[in-house]
Amino acid sequence: MSNVDIPATPRRSLWSKHKFLETNSIILVIGVLLVISIGGLVEIAPLFYLQNTIEKVEGMRPYTPLELAGRAIYVREGCYLCHSQMIRPLRDEVERYGHYSLAAESMYDKPFQWGSKRTGPDLARVGGKYSDDWQARHLADPRSLVPQSIMPGYPFLAKTELSYDDIATELKANRNGGVPYSDEMIARAMDDLRAQATPDHPGQSAFEKRYPKAQARDFDGNPNRISEADALIAYLQMLGSLVDFKLYDDKANIR
Amino acid sequence: MAATGNPIRRATTGEMVGILIAAICSVMFLIIAGKTEHSGYAFHALVAMLSAFATIFLIGNRCFQPGPFPAPQEINGKPNYNMGPVKFATIAAMFWGIAGFTVGLIIALQLAFPVLNLDLPWTSFGRMRPLHTSAVIFAFGGNVLLATSFYVVQRTSRARLAGDLSPWFVVLGYNLFIVIAGTGYLLGITQGKEYAEPEWYADLWLTIVWVTYLLVFLATLGKRTEPHIYVANWFYLGFIVTIAVLHLGNNLAVPVSLLSPKSYIVWSGVQDAMFQWWYGHNAVGFFLTAGFLAIMYYFVPKRAGRPIYSYRLSIIHFWALIFLYIWAGPHHLHYTALPDWAQTLGMTFSIMLWMPSWGGMINGLMTLSGAWDKLRTDPVLRMMVVSLAFYGMSTFEGPLMSIKTVNALSHYTDWTIGHVHSGALGWVAYISFGAIYCLVPWLWNRKELYSLKLVNWHFWISTLGIVFYITAMWVSGILQGLMWRSYTALGFLEYSFIETVEAMHPFYVIRALGGALFLIGALIMVFNLWMTVRSGELAGSESDTSVSPQLSLAH
Repeated sequence: MSNVDIPATPRRSLWSKHKFLETNSIILVIGVLLVISIGGLVEIAPLFYLQNTIEKVEGMRPYTPLELAGRAIYVREGCYLCHSQMIRPLRDEVERYGHYSLAAESMYDKPFQWGSKRTGPDLARVGGKYSDDWQARHLADPRSLVPQSIMPGYPFLAKTELSYDDIATELKANRNGGVPYSDEMIARAMDDLRAQATPDHPGQSAFEKRYPKAQARDFDGNPNRISEADALIAYLQMLGSLVDFKLYDDKANIR
Repeated sequence: MAATGNPIRRATTGEMVGILIAAICSVMFLIIAGKTEHSGYAFHALVAMLSAFATIFLIGNRCFQPGPFPAPQEINGKPNYNMGPVKFATIAAMFWGIAGFTVGLIIALQLAFPVLNLDLPWTSFGRMRPLHTSAVIFAFGGNVLLATSFYVVQRTSRARLAGDLSPWFVVLGYNLFIVIAGTGYLLGITQGKEYAEPEWYADLWLTIVWVTYLLVFLATLGKRTEPHIYVANWFYLGFIVTIAVLHLGNNLAVPVSLLSPKSYIVWSGVQDAMFQWWYGHNAVGFFLTAGFLAIMYYFVPKRAGRPIYSYRLSIIHFWALIFLYIWAGPHHLHYTALPDWAQTLGMTFSIMLWMPSWGGMINGLMTLSGAWDKLRTDPVLRMMVVSLAFYGMSTFEGPLMSIKTVNALSHYTDWTIGHVHSGALGWVAYISFGAIYCLVPWLWNRKELYSLKLVNWHFWISTLGIVFYITAMWVSGILQGLMWRSYTALGFLEYSFIETVEAMHPFYVIRALGGALFLIGALIMVFNLWMTVRSGELAGSESDTSVSPQLSLAH
């Protein structure tokens, strides 16, 4: 770089060729497009066709309508800004949170919610870790259970009725993006949502057939109505519960 | 204001088309506002409708304006630059800057004192945090880029901005996007992807605005009377084109319906993660870096009165930077379920990226050779030079953190937040402040700033703020990372998660203090700029400063 101030660039130098780009804005734009496409193509495109990108596992299913509604609240409130859902294969994380996360476990996540910051703990396997009652109280007033917590309180969730009129359309939008919801799941979406959140609902057995391992009960402590807290807790309680790691073979999916 | 007595001019075809489109849109938005069940979405439809009305009024009002029409391309042989949109974007930048810094301070305080979340939906951290990031990156940074790019492309091309309505459409349309996005977060309308939170309809609108921006920029270059496209404009072009590609790739979504603000992204899980950080990291690389490097390539030589240090280095800098940056995304996904090969590629290219980053920094810093003494007397130049130093620091820290073993410690902690802010406050904000301190006297035809002393105060107060901020985050981040992985002699995890949260408190208080200092500095700046415009001495006949420093000397 020491000789850069040579006043007259020799005519046949490679540097003078750059003049072509500097004097043609369209060529410059095309050049930029070519140069920036390479990295993106190489890193992104193979993820769609390499078979081992997403592990083959038992147990993954699309979210139930209630879980999907709960997930929408999780996204709406920006929970991902403080909670990750991605356990890394590091000793302390596996001991603290459980088996490291698989790509398969978020294969129906639109958008993914892996997060990038752990102001609060990881939630990838929070399902079943605490009782519904704990979750409901903690959401409403975190410091009543964990005095040092810096999480905001969400008392309004239990007080707000869940709006789910277009839940079938939501499932359909997911299907258009590749989530394998069946026609039946979409047609029964409204019933399934009610069945999951209402104790002793007649539709429960049909619902559980459509969504294996789904947990149906009242979640927020008020069985008389379906609140946003019902949906969010239903979502939290299923997180990480679909793949049975007692049966999962780590070695089979080494990439 | 419709001044009576002036002859009323017939609207041009462009104006009539504009009014027609705005009228059709306002009806459409009214229907949507009436039919949707979602109150936030109805509010946005009404905002859009009012904007369409305002458009009709503003375009119509032009027909009553006195003065020659269309505006002449040249006056007395000199280009008749169109500085209206530049002025608007400059003011908007300062407005959004103050708003964004204030929200940042509020959320910093919320982390230290959680009671400040108030337990209300629209004041909780989860909704305020995207408001902060979008306000500072897209609203403050975006308006700085609009203002400076429209200024620089005119000056270095010696041509009036192309188009008549379209530059205004870009500037006003972009700010409408900001309003829709920001109010959306508070109302709970988000697609939940970091730095790409706006929902499908805001994304569509931004696409229209952005394509217009590219066309205005290209058309202005097309009108240039200088043979070469100045290096700052390569960076602006790289930024505009790449942001368009990233925006489209990351935001492909299926809306639930036309009457719902909600959409589902077409990608899922691991592929969505890769798309997101391909976008996210290059929002840093092209929005917050390439765009602001363009500012460096114009304003630093201009203020220092020296040509760019090396023309060849700027060629290498440009192509190496845009080629390497695009690969760096996966370093946000180390040790995640993203396949290892992609992580390794991301790490490798992130480390290589150190070189063009420092090449650019050196090119900027060395531009001061022979003018270093000005640092003592010119706090504006000092601000820009310090911004380059911060740029160098954070582009060294970045590759360091992209190394997987380092990342195992730093990821998920405040170290990342500190790293971002050394770049955002130290580099992006400082080079922007420097550019705006230059621009305001130029745009409003003032001889100089109201007070250089106040610039000095701004510089020192905010520098102190940045130092508080990033040191607090280094300590808290590394501390928390170490606490998470700490084991007792018996082989048990030493700390529960909540103990590591508790340990953060003092650093969160210091961080908030740093943020407050930075905000105070910016408020001093606003006062200084206001006084400059209000009471500054008029500059004499403007010297023609349009010849770019590099072109006149380096070719």
